[in-house]
Amino acid sequence: MAKTIEITAENFEKEVLKSDIPVLVDFWAPWCQPCLMMAPALDELSEELEGKLKIGKLDTEVPKNQVLAMTYQIQSIPNMKLFKDGKIIKEIIGLRSKESLKADLSEVIDLS
Amino acid sequence: MKKYDLIIIGSGPAGLTAGIYAARYNLNFLIIGELSGGAISEAHKVCNYPSQNNITGFNLTQNMVNHVKELEGEINQEKVIKITGTDNNFIIKTNKEEYNSKKIILAIGRKKQILNVKGEKEFLGKGVSYCATCDAAFYKDKTVAVIGGGNTAVTAALLLAEHSKKVYVLYRQKSFFRAEPVWVKQLEKEKKIEPIFNSNIKEIYGEDSVIGVTLNNNKKLDVQGVFIEIGFKPNEELSNELGLKTEKDYIIAGEEQETNIKGIYAAGDTTNNHLKQVITAAAEGAIASTSIYETLKLEN
Repeated sequence: MAKTIEITAENFEKEVLKSDIPVLVDFWAPWCQPCLMMAPALDELSEELEGKLKIGKLDTEVPKNQVLAMTYQIQSIPNMKLFKDGKIIKEIIGLRSKESLKADLSEVIDLS
Repeated sequence: MKKYDLIIIGSGPAGLTAGIYAARYNLNFLIIGELSGGAISEAHKVCNYPSQNNITGFNLTQNMVNHVKELEGEINQEKVIKITGTDNNFIIKTNKEEYNSKKIILAIGRKKQILNVKGEKEFLGKGVSYCATCDAAFYKDKTVAVIGGGNTAVTAALLLAEHSKKVYVLYRQKSFFRAEPVWVKQLEKEKKIEPIFNSNIKEIYGEDSVIGVTLNNNKKLDVQGVFIEIGFKPNEELSNELGLKTEKDYIIAGEEQETNIKGIYAAGDTTNNHLKQVITAAAEGAIASTSIYETLKLEN
């Protein structure tokens, strides 16, 4: 079973930009209550969509990750960016239930 | 189809408390909620729930969720799409399942109001935010504006003052009469906060991200962040479809939390009770489950 993975400045290129399958990166922070509320939904979705979608979490509070948060101009979290072949193809801002997140994602990638 | 005595729709403080009481009355019940914890989970501080003088909204509601789970209550994260049937035989259709229930409690809460001005949608996540708790830290040493003047706006301004260099509070009324005096007093002491009363926003503008707002008197303020905290409105879709009696979209509930439809009860922020607090939501949830328990006892 594949839970979400931790994305950091070190593994961002390998796990996200060079991934063979689409990757959803959740930019979050420990003080953000809705981010904490999202976490179980992301874990479940990650298991459900194993092989079709990778889900990673990037803690914007960790100093070494802040360059990435700045590169991707994160000003609101939870902030989820869907990467495919190294490019952002969808951005989702704000708390979502698991089902509505899945619906948002299936607009741009095949999850069936 | 799975059958229940009671299905509670909503998993905020009202729904969760209804669940705790239902469990202790030994009712066969299910909670269906889209987001575990409800709207208060976003609050950065709750200081007025008895025994909790300083707890995050998330921790408070997670304690409630755990309480339900300890009592072996079932919480399904699903979205209710349609309710049909009548008392003692309701059918609740969600995005996943269909359930049968004798009684229903609607604890469907409220959603955040949007401002409906130019630039609001365009700059969402690029300077426009509806969650100060989430985003305050991204505005370190910047100038921001909070729109609104109720408790959520005033507490947002206080939190932002911990990070930002200057916080305007733009409010259309002439004083903070809606907010709790204890918060207002803290706000007045904070030198970084400048309230501007009798002001409406006309536009949020920027380039890649927000650079300012225009007020209704055409005055412009340079800000990099706009936090919209103008209150909430009820989630009215289900209640309208059911034909429930409402007052400004809030469900009219009686002393036993009953609605005008037999077998359907309402609790929490969705009802026409004017005090929208965790404690009143919890109390209404408790009353609703108790009424249902007593009704079921008489009917059986």
